[in-house]
Formats: sequence, structure tokens, C-alpha cells
Amino acid sequence: MKQSWRLLIKLSSIIDNFSQARFREMTKTEQDSRRAQRRAGMAVLAQSDAADISARLSEMALPAHKTLREPENGLVMVRGRVGGDGAPFNIGEATVSRAAVLLSTGQVGFGYTLGRDHEKARLIALCDAMAQSDDFADAVEQEVIAPLRTAMIAKRDRVAAETAATRVDFYTMVRGEG
Amino acid sequence: MYVAVKGGERAIENAHRLLAHERRGEREVPELTLAQISEQLALGVDRVMAEGSLYDRELAALAIKQARGDLIEAIFLVRAFRATLPRFGATEPVDTGNMQIRRRISATFKDIPGGQILGPTFDYTHRLLDPQLAEGFVPEAPATGETSSAETPRVTDILAHDGLIEASPPAEADAPIGDLTREPLSFPADRDLRLQNLARADEGFLLALGYSTQRGYGRNHPFAGEIRFGEVDVEFFAEDAGFAVPLGRIELTECQMVNQFKGSATEAPCFTRGYGLAFGQSERKTMSMALVDRALRARELGEEVRAPAQDEEFVMSHSDNVQATGFVEHLKLPHYVDFQSELGLLRRLRKEFTDANASEPLQEAAE
Repeated sequence: MKQSWRLLIKLSSIIDNFSQARFREMTKTEQDSRRAQRRAGMAVLAQSDAADISARLSEMALPAHKTLREPENGLVMVRGRVGGDGAPFNIGEATVSRAAVLLSTGQVGFGYTLGRDHEKARLIALCDAMAQSDDFADAVEQEVIAPLRTAMIAKRDRVAAETAATRVDFYTMVRGEG
Repeated sequence: MYVAVKGGERAIENAHRLLAHERRGEREVPELTLAQISEQLALGVDRVMAEGSLYDRELAALAIKQARGDLIEAIFLVRAFRATLPRFGATEPVDTGNMQIRRRISATFKDIPGGQILGPTFDYTHRLLDPQLAEGFVPEAPATGETSSAETPRVTDILAHDGLIEASPPAEADAPIGDLTREPLSFPADRDLRLQNLARADEGFLLALGYSTQRGYGRNHPFAGEIRFGEVDVEFFAEDAGFAVPLGRIELTECQMVNQFKGSATEAPCFTRGYGLAFGQSERKTMSMALVDRALRARELGEEVRAPAQDEEFVMSHSDNVQATGFVEHLKLPHYVDFQSELGLLRRLRKEFTDANASEPLQEAAE
């Protein structure tokens, strides 16, 4: 069983562009917009807790799916730029988990996240696969990603407000007054 | 010379058992959790991540617990763990200009766009021990302020706009990026390798070297142009997905030092720069790093290389605390055979000395 998927879609450790032949019927613009949506969803999911993603998913009907790539842990080398905007250099590594999920309808979703959480990578991959399915894209966006995004933004806003309170207001002391 | 030594297995086993017991400490005292270490000893965790060269709070907290708070031992543990995982690749370079800022200060301009934001800092505290913290202290909820949508450009970008500061070295497409975890160091080393080395270098070593430049050993007149700390997005080009996937966010500290100017007959004088960047809230580390980065540019900027901080071979070969501790601490491992041979030699020399003095007293007196 598993072997046949491997033949269908070649996954490798790093290389080999997965052929997206089955999506070719979409126009370039549609592809770009779907890709942007997938990236936006992944950004929210990567910053959410696995338990929260799981809780949201458990409340909805899921498509038939299989794990295409078993979750695995590894490293990425994090890069910065000299002076913040110059030539790149290596800062140090970070742990990452990744997985891939295949829907019975053929969509392959990818899950990548900082940390060492196999289940989270698998859940992200499942959400990403659903985001590519015409039948599930709206549901996963509305019932999983949107509420997690709201929570993420609320947390970010709270931190921003706490930080803003430490902004310095300079005033000039004028001699001979007050 | 190393010679295999057998024996001591039971002693070693019992020593480790005793270590585990001592690590746990008095059993009536509650055991530390990793979350407690990560949340309440956060800067220690940051240091272990920066110098362990691995961003993973939970692993760093575990390492600190296992190492009984010995941060260099914890860094060693993290480095060893790192070697067990495959590397998927390298991220896109992070954009510190787009950081969600938690702290951002400039010592060069009072009125920087976006403002001076102190964030959680020890600065301006009185450094008096606080007995309240000894037990059950519940701090006030933090104050909140009006958030601003104003951009927070890097101070160096503002200076660069007027040509007052040198530009960062530009990225060259397809230029290989040095990685000292893959190839052994060789000299002279380019700035990418130097910065990687400094980013994981021992904070104490960098602090001392940075300090030495301020005291005159490779003086380069620094100003803290800007220090910022906060979260940046990390993205990784995943070949299987075919695009750059977001991985989440990490905390970074960045320091831009503005240093004495250079100029020539053909080039108008402008400020030079030193750069520091490290995982977590690592202000002392990144400031020191920026000082040393600038000092190490002596050759490039045509400055005389006279001080230790300007000598890249000296700095880069001694900055890594795992290597350093390995070599220093190996001295305590058995050197019985080495020492026996030295001892034998010394005894022979002493005997020769005594014999010579006993047999030739007259000649010696005559000389």
C-alpha cells in the first residue's frame, strides 16, 4: 500500500520537487492565491499548540486520509544577514518536525513546525491537505485556522500593548521653572 | 599519549548514581519542572540555546536541569544532542527589520522613529536584592500602553540613508555560505564564518574581548546604534511543498554598533559597523559580539592588527566553550603513563646533575 504512494509521489529528504501535475488545471493566479492561503494557514498553525489544533479538528468531519510521510524530527540551520540586511550567515540550528498527509482524493499536505512535536506536524499536514481540497478548504479555514488566528493575534496584541507601555516619553527639563 | 586503562567500572557507576542523587537534592524540596526552568530561568535557557547553537527551549531547559545549572555542561549536552538529528536544510535569512519588537533602544538618537522601547530589562534597576522574591511573590500585571503602527526602522538604515555609514556587505547570489559545523576552520576566515563562530561563542570570552577593545586593545570607538529583541518569523524552502513554508517564530537579539569612521582620497568618510545577532534575549552577548566583529574587521579596514580581539585566529580558535572545556578538563583524565615517563626522565636528569656536581667540584670551582 505504502509502496504504491511512494511510486506515485516521490518524497525525498530534502530534494525533488513534488510534481503538482494534478493541480495544473488551475490557472497561475489561482495557484498563487491558493499557495498564499496555504502559507498563511501554515503560519498560524505553526504558532499554535498541537492540542488546540487537535481540539478544533476533532469537532469537524475529516476527509479520509493517510500519513504519507511519517512525522520525523530534524534540524534547520537558521540564517541571518550581516548588519540585518546584508550577506547571509548561519546563526545556529533549530529543531523542526515535519510530516506529509495524503487525502483519499489525492491532495498532499505538508506539515512543518519548529520544535519536536510529531503530532503537531501531522495535524498541520492534514490541515494543509484539506486547504487544497475544494470540499474542505472553507471548513478548515473557518473552523480551525480562523479561530486560531484570532487567538494568535490577541496574544500578539497583548504583548504589543505591554511592550508599548515601556516606550520612553522624553521631556525637556527647563531651568528656572516648576 | 593515551593508554587503555581498565578498572573503576563500579566506582564510575556509583559516582553517576551519587550524581543523580545530588542533582535531585533534598527530596522534601519539590522537583524542578522543565516549564519552571524555561519560564523562570529564561535567560539561562537563552544562553544555552545561543551557545549550544540549537533553538529549542525545552531541550535547553532539560540540559540545564541535567547539568545541575552548569551552563557550559548544558551547552555541551545540547551540542551532543544536535549531532543525533538529520539536517533538513537552511532557512531563508530572517528579517530582523520586521521583528515583533519587545525591546528596542538606541544610544545614538533620542528620537528614533518607532521610539525607545525598554521592554523587560534589568537596566535602571538598583541591583538591590529583593527579599520579596524569596517566597510567594505575585508581581503586578504589566501595564499596557497604546500600540503604534509606526515602523521601527533599523538605526543603521536611517544613517545609511544619508550615506553616513557604510553599507552592509551585499548578498551575492549563489555565493556559498560558510558553515563551521561542516568544514573545519581555516584562516583567513570570511565574515560569515566569523559571525557564526561569534554567535555560538562563549559569552564570557566575548565580553572580556569586547571590554578589552574599549580599554584600548584594538580601540574602535563604538556607539550602540541600536539593540533590539523580539520575535521574527522563520521560513524554510521545503522542496517537497515547492515553496517557503512558515516554521513559526523565534526570539532573537540584534545589536548594531556604530564605529569610528573610515575614508580615503576617493571615498567620503563614513561610520563603520559591527554586528551582533544571537538566539533569545542575549543583550550582553550580542553587544560583545558586535564589538568583536568590528575588531576582527581590522585587516579589511586597513587597521593595524595589534590586539587579541583583532586576531581572528586567536579569537575564533578559543571562543568555543565546548572545545575549550574539553581540552582544559581532559587534563584531569588519567595521564599515568605520560607522567611516569616524565617522572623517569626527571629522576635521570636529577641523578646526572648530582653525579656531575659530586665528581667535578674542583673544575667547577676553577671556572
